[in-house]
Amino acid sequence: MRHRRPGLACVIPRWYERHVTGADVKILRRATLGVAILAGSAAWGATLTVFAAASLTEAFRTIGKDFEAAHPDTKVEFNFAGSSTLTRQIIEGAPADVFASADDENMKKVVDAGDVTGAPKPFVHNRLVVIVPRGNPKQVKSLADLSRKGMTVSLAAPGVPVGKYAAEAFAKAGAPVPEASREADVKGVVTRVSMGEADGGVVYVTDVAPVKDKVETVSIPDAQNVVASYPIAVLKGAPNAAAAKEFVAYVLSQPGQRVLADAGFLPP
Amino acid sequence: MNHTHERVPVAAALVAALGAALFILPLVGLLWKAPWGDLAGALREPEALMAMRLSLICSLAATAISIVLGLPLAWIQARAEFPGRSLLRALTLLPVVLPPVVGGVALLSVFGRRGLLGQFLDPLGIRLPFTTGGAILAETFVAMPFFVLSMEGVLSTLDRRLEDAARTLGADRWTVFRRITVPLVRPSVAAGAALAWARALGEFGATITFAGNFPGRTQTIPLAVYVQLENRPEAGLALSLVLLAVSLTILVIMRGRWLEAP
Repeated sequence: MRHRRPGLACVIPRWYERHVTGADVKILRRATLGVAILAGSAAWGATLTVFAAASLTEAFRTIGKDFEAAHPDTKVEFNFAGSSTLTRQIIEGAPADVFASADDENMKKVVDAGDVTGAPKPFVHNRLVVIVPRGNPKQVKSLADLSRKGMTVSLAAPGVPVGKYAAEAFAKAGAPVPEASREADVKGVVTRVSMGEADGGVVYVTDVAPVKDKVETVSIPDAQNVVASYPIAVLKGAPNAAAAKEFVAYVLSQPGQRVLADAGFLPP
Repeated sequence: MNHTHERVPVAAALVAALGAALFILPLVGLLWKAPWGDLAGALREPEALMAMRLSLICSLAATAISIVLGLPLAWIQARAEFPGRSLLRALTLLPVVLPPVVGGVALLSVFGRRGLLGQFLDPLGIRLPFTTGGAILAETFVAMPFFVLSMEGVLSTLDRRLEDAARTLGADRWTVFRRITVPLVRPSVAAGAALAWARALGEFGATITFAGNFPGRTQTIPLAVYVQLENRPEAGLALSLVLLAVSLTILVIMRGRWLEAP
């Protein structure tokens, strides 16, 4: 007789069902157990979890390695994303020790939610730049050129710091904010432009170095540019508060600041 | 064999309840968090309206393409004997199991400005990334296999004597396909199309990767939910409710097909 397949099982292809035999179930069970054990052991190690703005990716990876070398018992794990994404995750209770935001606004949201201990400290400044694919196919010469008709532009989403800064820069340049693909963080903009899918985008000057053979830059004059101020703070309920304080101190210390300066960040 | 009303061990019932809670609790949470007071206001925001309109256009277009291209594909896979048939079937199935974001990357490497075909299409002014056409293509890529799969199953179990009878009465193959096969499978086409439509409506990974997140052009409801959750959570929640309501509606309409044992 035909095997009776109740409920939504009828949308599962029969061949797939046939392949999930008893032996497979056993393997699945073992794999699940393995994953659970791995997840468990990771949770028990001395881990420091740093939530940092996407623009800090390269510099903080280096700082993380240096910090680990100085603190062999601590493993630094990063969550790089748009500061607005990180803000939401922290407010919703993501277990993190340190938050480094690319703007004061998102940090303020976290402070207002009561998730920060002590006062956030500014640790670097950053500036904006226009990037275009290598060869500058659309002959972009200024920020305002991105507002021309027929341009395919990539910008960060309005709540993401660099998206908000870009809007400020367009306002100063007297140009409308172009219709654009809105990315979740600045690295999304870098990707769209370096792949050549977008004719241009607005990123931080520090984002250019890792893709310098794929993009060209068009500078934004000081009068139209903005100063992005990055604050860092230890989070309330940090699972590893002691290491968190040391990490923040390290970022503010001379060796930490040197790494950031090498990446193109400006002193606060 | 009759195994309805079997006595269920208590332990199994408890574990099953846990499993059910895994699905049900998040829905309860969504309903609890939803901005009921200002639902209409949140949905009347320009970005929400644009996203809903765009989602409707893209998902319907993707479903239509899935039917037009998918029906002959399913038919050939179910009926024709040719070398590489099982390979073709496997490839058709691939997008079902492939992470959509990989589908997006794959589409980009073909239709992107520097892609396999894109590099020739771009000078002609044909662009898919960052366009509504691109969003439709991404949704079709993930949705069509669901349609093909369900149609293939139906077509291979169809009573072929009806078609044979038509042929003995002098109908040519195209007439048989049009006048006998298609009418016979029409109810299943609706069910398969509903499945594909639901999948297209929920598409996120391939769309954001391939078509970008362009408000009014490629920012469908799932993309808007993702972006709005950071800016205006109430708009994101309201749009989530819209998708939930649509999904439930599809389920209710299709309950005869999906929820009862065949």
